[in-house]
Amino acid sequence: MSRNPYVRPISTTTWYMRNGRYKVYVLRELTSFLVMFYSFLTIYGLAALAASAERWDTFLASQQSTAMIVFHGVALLYFLFFQTFPWFKLAPKAMPVQMGEKKLPDSYIIIGHYIAWLGVSVFILWLAGAF
Amino acid sequence: MAIAKKAVVWGLFAAGGTLTSFVFPALIALFLLIATGNVPEGLQFDQIRTFAMSWLGKACLFIVLFLSVWHAAHRLRVVAHDFGIRKDALVANAVYTIAAIGTVLAAFYLLMIS
Repeated sequence: MSRNPYVRPISTTTWYMRNGRYKVYVLRELTSFLVMFYSFLTIYGLAALAASAERWDTFLASQQSTAMIVFHGVALLYFLFFQTFPWFKLAPKAMPVQMGEKKLPDSYIIIGHYIAWLGVSVFILWLAGAF
Repeated sequence: MAIAKKAVVWGLFAAGGTLTSFVFPALIALFLLIATGNVPEGLQFDQIRTFAMSWLGKACLFIVLFLSVWHAAHRLRVVAHDFGIRKDALVANAVYTIAAIGTVLAAFYLLMIS
């Protein structure tokens, strides 16, 4: 072993800027901030719900602004394209389905996820009375 | 022993990832509806409270929140490393503490709704 091994100079803070795949990876992982944000926003809402009807209405009113419309709109698209859809894409690799000698084609698993996701989304929105 | 523990942690992480992928678009869409002032009927106080009062409603909300914060915490730990923060023990403590606080608060407020 060399006494003075060569260490490639790679930035520990901006390394992902070198390559498109790395950029996509970092953009995908940043969705974890959104997961945290919406989890705590929901918990904040539960606190209001536990308190009183007035507190709940105040909470709802506090969420109504143009800024929040833009934020939620951008967050929704960002989350779909960098968390939900990539997660479905990797599903056949994470849990391949063996059918006897053969494997179930990846596309079946991916399409199955999209159908299930549409079902879950429609159910949640229906449960909340959105339509 | 180490392997058994890892399987549980990995299982929770994967479950959280799947759950957030499936549930969060609808959750964000609901917040978007609230933001526009079109609060859906089911999110009016009496209705959402009835839902959160039922044990099924409590269980659904708790499982989603619990798995989501732990999933996000684990990924944020890696994100910190990716952005050059190399104090892993400190970061791990911070993010898992946040997840623990979220879990306890979710359980506490859900139990308060009765």
